[in-house]
Amino acid sequence: MSWEMVAGLETHVELSTKTKIFCQCTTEFGGDSNTHCCPVCIGLPGTLPKLNKAVVEYAVKAGLATNCRIRNISKMDRKNYVYPDLPKAYQISQYDKPLCESGYIALSSGKNINITRIHIEEDAGKLIHERGDTYIDYNRGGVPLIEIVSEPDIRSIEEAVEYIEKLRLIMKYIGVSDVKMQEGSLRCDVNISVRKNGEEKFGTRAEIKNMNSLNFIAKAMEYEFNRQVDILENGGCVVQETRRYNAEQNTTESMRSKEDADDYRYFRDPDLVTIAISEDEIKNIKKSLPELPGEKLKRFTEEFALPFDDAELLTKYKKIAEYFERSCKDVTNKKLVSNYILGQMFRRLQTDTEKEEFSIKISPEQLNELVLLTENKKLSSNMARNVLEQMLDTGKSVMSFISESDMEGIDEGDLRAICEKAVANNQKAAEEYKNGKEKAIGSIIGFIMKETKGKADAAKATEIVKELILKN
Amino acid sequence: MSKITYIGKLLRDKEISCTELTEKYIMSIEAENKKLNAYVNITAETAMRTAKDVDGKISRGEILLPLEGIPMTLKDNISTKDIETTCCSNILKGYVPIYDATVWNVLKNQNAVLLGKANMDEFAMGSSCETSCFGGALNPYSTSHVAGGSSGGAAAAVAGNIAVYGLGSDTGGSVRQPASFCGLVGLKPTYGTVSRYGLIAYASSLDQIGPITTSVEDAAIVYDAISIYDKNDATSQGSRKKTTDTLKNNIKGIKIGIAKEYFEGIRDDVKESIESAMKVYESLGAEVVSISLPQLKHALPVYYILACAEASSNLGRYDGIRYGYRTPSYNDINDMICKTRSEGFGKEVKRRIMLGTYVLSAGYYDAYYKKAQQLRGALVDSFKDAFKKCDVIISPTVPMTAFELNFTQKDPIETYMTDILTVPVNIAGLPAVSVPCGFDDKGLPIGMQIIGNSFDDAKILNAAYQYEQVVKNHIYKELQTGVRL
Repeated sequence: MSWEMVAGLETHVELSTKTKIFCQCTTEFGGDSNTHCCPVCIGLPGTLPKLNKAVVEYAVKAGLATNCRIRNISKMDRKNYVYPDLPKAYQISQYDKPLCESGYIALSSGKNINITRIHIEEDAGKLIHERGDTYIDYNRGGVPLIEIVSEPDIRSIEEAVEYIEKLRLIMKYIGVSDVKMQEGSLRCDVNISVRKNGEEKFGTRAEIKNMNSLNFIAKAMEYEFNRQVDILENGGCVVQETRRYNAEQNTTESMRSKEDADDYRYFRDPDLVTIAISEDEIKNIKKSLPELPGEKLKRFTEEFALPFDDAELLTKYKKIAEYFERSCKDVTNKKLVSNYILGQMFRRLQTDTEKEEFSIKISPEQLNELVLLTENKKLSSNMARNVLEQMLDTGKSVMSFISESDMEGIDEGDLRAICEKAVANNQKAAEEYKNGKEKAIGSIIGFIMKETKGKADAAKATEIVKELILKN
Repeated sequence: MSKITYIGKLLRDKEISCTELTEKYIMSIEAENKKLNAYVNITAETAMRTAKDVDGKISRGEILLPLEGIPMTLKDNISTKDIETTCCSNILKGYVPIYDATVWNVLKNQNAVLLGKANMDEFAMGSSCETSCFGGALNPYSTSHVAGGSSGGAAAAVAGNIAVYGLGSDTGGSVRQPASFCGLVGLKPTYGTVSRYGLIAYASSLDQIGPITTSVEDAAIVYDAISIYDKNDATSQGSRKKTTDTLKNNIKGIKIGIAKEYFEGIRDDVKESIESAMKVYESLGAEVVSISLPQLKHALPVYYILACAEASSNLGRYDGIRYGYRTPSYNDINDMICKTRSEGFGKEVKRRIMLGTYVLSAGYYDAYYKKAQQLRGALVDSFKDAFKKCDVIISPTVPMTAFELNFTQKDPIETYMTDILTVPVNIAGLPAVSVPCGFDDKGLPIGMQIIGNSFDDAKILNAAYQYEQVVKNHIYKELQTGVRL
């Protein structure tokens, strides 16, 4: 019997506003314990929250970028629960009137994952367990979060991963978060259930809490899927509960069942006033949004005539996409630029983080200069490749590595003469090529390059050599 | 001349130095407080330091602000940096705030002389001051009666002449009721005109800080000083005009609304006092009109549902982890929180936390909290309609005079009922002032409540002032205690 996975995601994204959601403290990650705190964010008696307007603006940006409808009138609510990292014993969040509703994210398959809602809330502090004691660091307390809740539209681990990656990229593009999963600025809860293929009704779900790595999410979903299928195939019932992923054992384990689930006793926070956003304000925020990754990808393939795979790789990292576009100035064949970035540059950037940071020594203008020289046939592609390596090593411009004579090129008559000489000196290879050994031509071209110090146009030379051999 | 004006004049005229004045008050507090239990913490050093600063200014010929050098007290739920602030609860014993409440910051900048922190019902929950972990404050008119609550300590201090004025907080009558019991003026300002930043919350949508004084003019002076916009309080708006500017205006032609709903179950002598006050108003050219407030009957249950709901959330933070009391022995974190709260909170506070938790719980929310919110809206509308027909509404402040000691311990419901006249304005966010209007046969003061429309604080103080001017010899009695100048 075959089973289908049904999953929905709750994604928490820390916003990168300068100050916290209800006070003036910095949102900077790290710092000594309890140094990014004030009476408000540690909830001292008598303190009051004051909503940071930038948080609303950032959240509206996130909503618009994920095709949500923005509420003109919204409010903040208290979610009451007791935990030492929550100093007021309630989290200020949004309950029944979230800022953004009814959006979606399009997967590359063309399928949409619908977004139920996006709301704003405050983050909690952090418990630190050390030498048998527990300490609390409230630096993170009051850092603004958005919670993005998807519909249960996800049917596979691949879809879940793509959804998160797309979401992450959008947030990065619009600049509302640094979305560093390892620092916890993007965390996911996964609601997951299984049903028989063809079944309409959803099964009973489990919620796996608070994961901050795509790898863990994928593994947790796989484990949880198999666990639920096993239970059902053995005639059991899945219990609705909250579970946590245990990375060491690669399992999920129960935290609490629905019966002892918290009653959060939500009610409107009387300390905060109504959040009102006019259509004009929404329009202005919309105008301020940069081009989103999906739109960029479309433009790269359609207008720049890049292959889909190239465009996808280039848009996957915001900095690279920007670098690429700046390097393309006045270049007709954009694929040339893409080749340099995805080839020689990517070889120097092994990890995802390195690609994300994209700290390479040369500027897009420097790359552009090189590309224009090759495109105008001032520089052979061979030579350009070598020069680029040197540029990437040193950060120096193309002109530091080539001389005027390098750019003179070789006229066709001279090239033909050199080609004739090359064939004459490599009779064996010419013979082999004639007998069908394609690769044999390489040593002849190598000879030409040596003779011309790399200035020859390899394509042109190959053409002439082939002609000479076949004529004989 | 009002007391604040008079003492200010003495200081300016160098009839007395601020240091001498403050010393007198501190010595009187030492003598009188044993009897009245008005103060829970005396801040003599701070007071003397401020007094010296004021004397310096006087000697340099600098101009004093209206409240400069005037000895006063703050209810113990108003946060004072470096001065213990307990809300008169065991759970906050030892808690020393690291910041000042906005109102205190404002007054401190005017060199107000803080004599000490005033007694109150625990977390402002109570009508007699008797839920205080330090025991209740007694009524200077009769020490076998309570000073009222929850701002009982401030009222006892002012009536007993051991503070010139006090700041209390009023969630359901906690400024007006003790003012009424102690023969004083108590103002509950329009919600949002005085910053709540630093006021330790009981019920955030109802709480409002207000002055307790010996005259209407003093109430206006203090209110003008503290009713300023505060960026730290999202609900703050400040006041629209200085109430002292219009305080002495003629009130000829103003319409006073009388609603029969405000006179149900009122003790006869109290009712009669209000009726004679109406005659005074008529003699001043005011017109008395009858109005109807049909939603008033819902006010008390609405108040107790909303206030307790908010309190249950506001008081969740007292867990013994960061500040205040922590139980000495426990097994784990949950045990620690549970024991700390069980031991730290008093009975009335626990009762209200439980009530509030219940009305917000899944399955009960709609029947209680949501319903109460709807009725809150209806009450707001009801007042709006009423104010189309009149300028101010007058009622008694409390259906009776000061309770005998331990009255409130007997039956909580009966005690809650005594708040029936004061809670409606908190629910509607309106301003109201309690002014003395006579005495009962035991010599205990009776209070009259003047209610205004939103932001009409100046109007009610004007109406109160004009009444007071006519009858001041009959409604005030200078008690022979404390500092007499």
